Amino acid sequence: MAENKARLLQGNEAVVEGAIAAGLRFFAGYPITPSTEIAEQAAAKLPTVGGKFIQMEDEIASMAAVCGASLAGVKSMTATSGPGFSLKQENLGFAVKGEIPCVVVNVQRVGPSTGMPTSPAQGDVMQARWGSHGDHEIVALCPSSVEEAFRLTVEAFNIAEEYRTPVILLMDEVIGHLREKVVLPSKEELTIKHREKPSVPPEQYKPFAMDQGRIPGVPPLAAYGEGYRFHVTGLTHGEDGFPTNNPAIAEKQIKRINEKISSNRKALCKVERFFLNDAEVVVVAYGATARSARKAVKDAREQGIKAGLLRPITIWPFVEDALSEVKANLPKAVIVPEMNLGQLVLPVRRVMGDSVPVIQINKLAGQLIEPEEILSAIKEAV
Amino acid sequence: MALPLEQYLRVAKMPHIWCPGCGHGIVLQAIVRAIHELGIDTEKTVIVSGIGCSARAPGYLHFDTLHTTHGRAIAFATGIKLAKPELNVIVITGDGDAAAIGGNHLIHAARRNLDITVICFNNNIYGMTSGQYSPLTPQGSYATTSPYGMLEKPFDLCNLVMGAGGTFAARSTTYHARQLTNVIKEAISHKGFAFVDALSQCPTYFGRRNKLRTPLDMMNWFKDRAVPVNAWEKLSPEEREDKFPIGVLKKTQATELTEVYKELIQQLQQRGGE
Amino acid sequence: MGQTLQWEISVNSKWCKKCGLCVEFCPRDALEMDDIPTVKDAARCIGCLMCEMHCPDFAITVKRRDSNG
Repeated sequence: MAENKARLLQGNEAVVEGAIAAGLRFFAGYPITPSTEIAEQAAAKLPTVGGKFIQMEDEIASMAAVCGASLAGVKSMTATSGPGFSLKQENLGFAVKGEIPCVVVNVQRVGPSTGMPTSPAQGDVMQARWGSHGDHEIVALCPSSVEEAFRLTVEAFNIAEEYRTPVILLMDEVIGHLREKVVLPSKEELTIKHREKPSVPPEQYKPFAMDQGRIPGVPPLAAYGEGYRFHVTGLTHGEDGFPTNNPAIAEKQIKRINEKISSNRKALCKVERFFLNDAEVVVVAYGATARSARKAVKDAREQGIKAGLLRPITIWPFVEDALSEVKANLPKAVIVPEMNLGQLVLPVRRVMGDSVPVIQINKLAGQLIEPEEILSAIKEAV
Repeated sequence: MALPLEQYLRVAKMPHIWCPGCGHGIVLQAIVRAIHELGIDTEKTVIVSGIGCSARAPGYLHFDTLHTTHGRAIAFATGIKLAKPELNVIVITGDGDAAAIGGNHLIHAARRNLDITVICFNNNIYGMTSGQYSPLTPQGSYATTSPYGMLEKPFDLCNLVMGAGGTFAARSTTYHARQLTNVIKEAISHKGFAFVDALSQCPTYFGRRNKLRTPLDMMNWFKDRAVPVNAWEKLSPEEREDKFPIGVLKKTQATELTEVYKELIQQLQQRGGE
Repeated sequence: MGQTLQWEISVNSKWCKKCGLCVEFCPRDALEMDDIPTVKDAARCIGCLMCEMHCPDFAITVKRRDSNG
């Protein structure tokens, strides 16, 4: 094996590298700052590995095409930013309902509306969770370095395939446009997962079975053209995929697609812990903001302050267990810096209750939260 | 000959949900008959629909089927076809689905000349929501949202598709069921984007409000206005008033998107291999 | 009468929604509307499929009789 070479890569480029390594062979997108490099890279690279890129007529169509390609059995992805992410919600919901594996990258910029297209933000955290209508669970991952953008893209595909669900890679403009020296893992070092195919003959196949699959509640998925002749609809459907108005069946099915994510929270929720064991002040930060938080915690430690960082890598489902551990140690405060008016702080507050004070640091006009700002909050808290 | 229905229909799902006398069943039968007469591989054929009365059709078809979101069927179909070009992809859409909320997808699919077949079940009304006007509702006609008569001018969907670069466009009606079947056969066989405007009666929500009380009244309305394309060519603009051409309106050959893509991939991979 | 019938018309009463289009489209007046469409005079059928192809319900079929039958 040749040694893996160090490369200077942009976050958005790393996403495409990771996606292709994970098996991406279909990308449909629409140009939008600051995610456009993902489409450009996909356009250049996919045909060289036998894959296809298409620039669709709009954001809605790209999400639709991604769902179609995935149902034909091909790993698929799209990438966008705020305004486009809003438009994608319709067919993102369809992917949830139809249990269609796919990856949606959202490189966050300042909103609402057109906002500040070239400036970073973390304002779509709650939109990622609740942007599409109706009760549903979603998986969202949040990288805070270029290397992690690569790894989490691979992970996003693995989760999408294993759980038959759309997965959101919730980037921000900083990580998307950041250039870092990275050593990408070789093929052999990566675990690549594929959706489970049905093992029963077509006449017995239930594409939305309640009780089948390696992971309970995640039924195997055939591909179009394989003879299974199955039906996928956005209407609430029974195990056979056909619409139903039977409340008992409808409830069971809606619960199943929620619980296949919520009951696997332990497997899905990833965090990074940095000086957390004896921390008296805990910073909870993600994405680009976590880079400043790490520096702040390091500086605090150098000054003899017991600060620590909990970095949610999985944003949704929420890293409730890791937060509960933090709470059990009864730190003097939890600090949540975010490039928004306070979004992930809401579930953090819910977990901390009255036991631990939760302090917010918020910026929403495209400025980064500096390490010094977090450090002074840490100092104030101790 | 009678069709071997079990081969093409999910017979357990029948009877369908459409109203008595609704033209959609006639168009659906024309599609099934076209597929039967062409003998195409039903295992390698995917039927995609959007939202509306027409969109329920795939649920009755014993194929791989996809009932998508409103207006988006063509965009989903684009993903399927590009991912697996060996599949026959047929889109069933309605006039509101294709021309209003999905209009953008329709013109771009036509422009790309992607090898899919789009059949518009055109009853010029929103039936599923009980009778609002669509972009195909004739001027002056009544709908629940045009209580004083339709104020806007309707689209001519075949002209729209041809103008956008579609390489095949045809129109027929439920009255002309045999011809409808024939143009659908041609559309499916066509290499490239093929569009069929299939005029279908909605006696419940269009006919009742527009003095066309029975399904037959509506079909006769089609008969009286439809002009075979050859005869249409010879009509003066005045004679064309209130009439429309039926038959194959355009059939040309042009490079098709999945073919172009296949060549590109081969070239790039050869270059990579050198 | 007594001649061999060439065509067999059957109506699926479970699927038929009684719109009557088959009766209207029959050029030979072979059908009539009872509760559901009924064959009035099978001998008149010429197997043109006008009824079958205009049935919105897949409910009426016309088959050539087995010549030995």
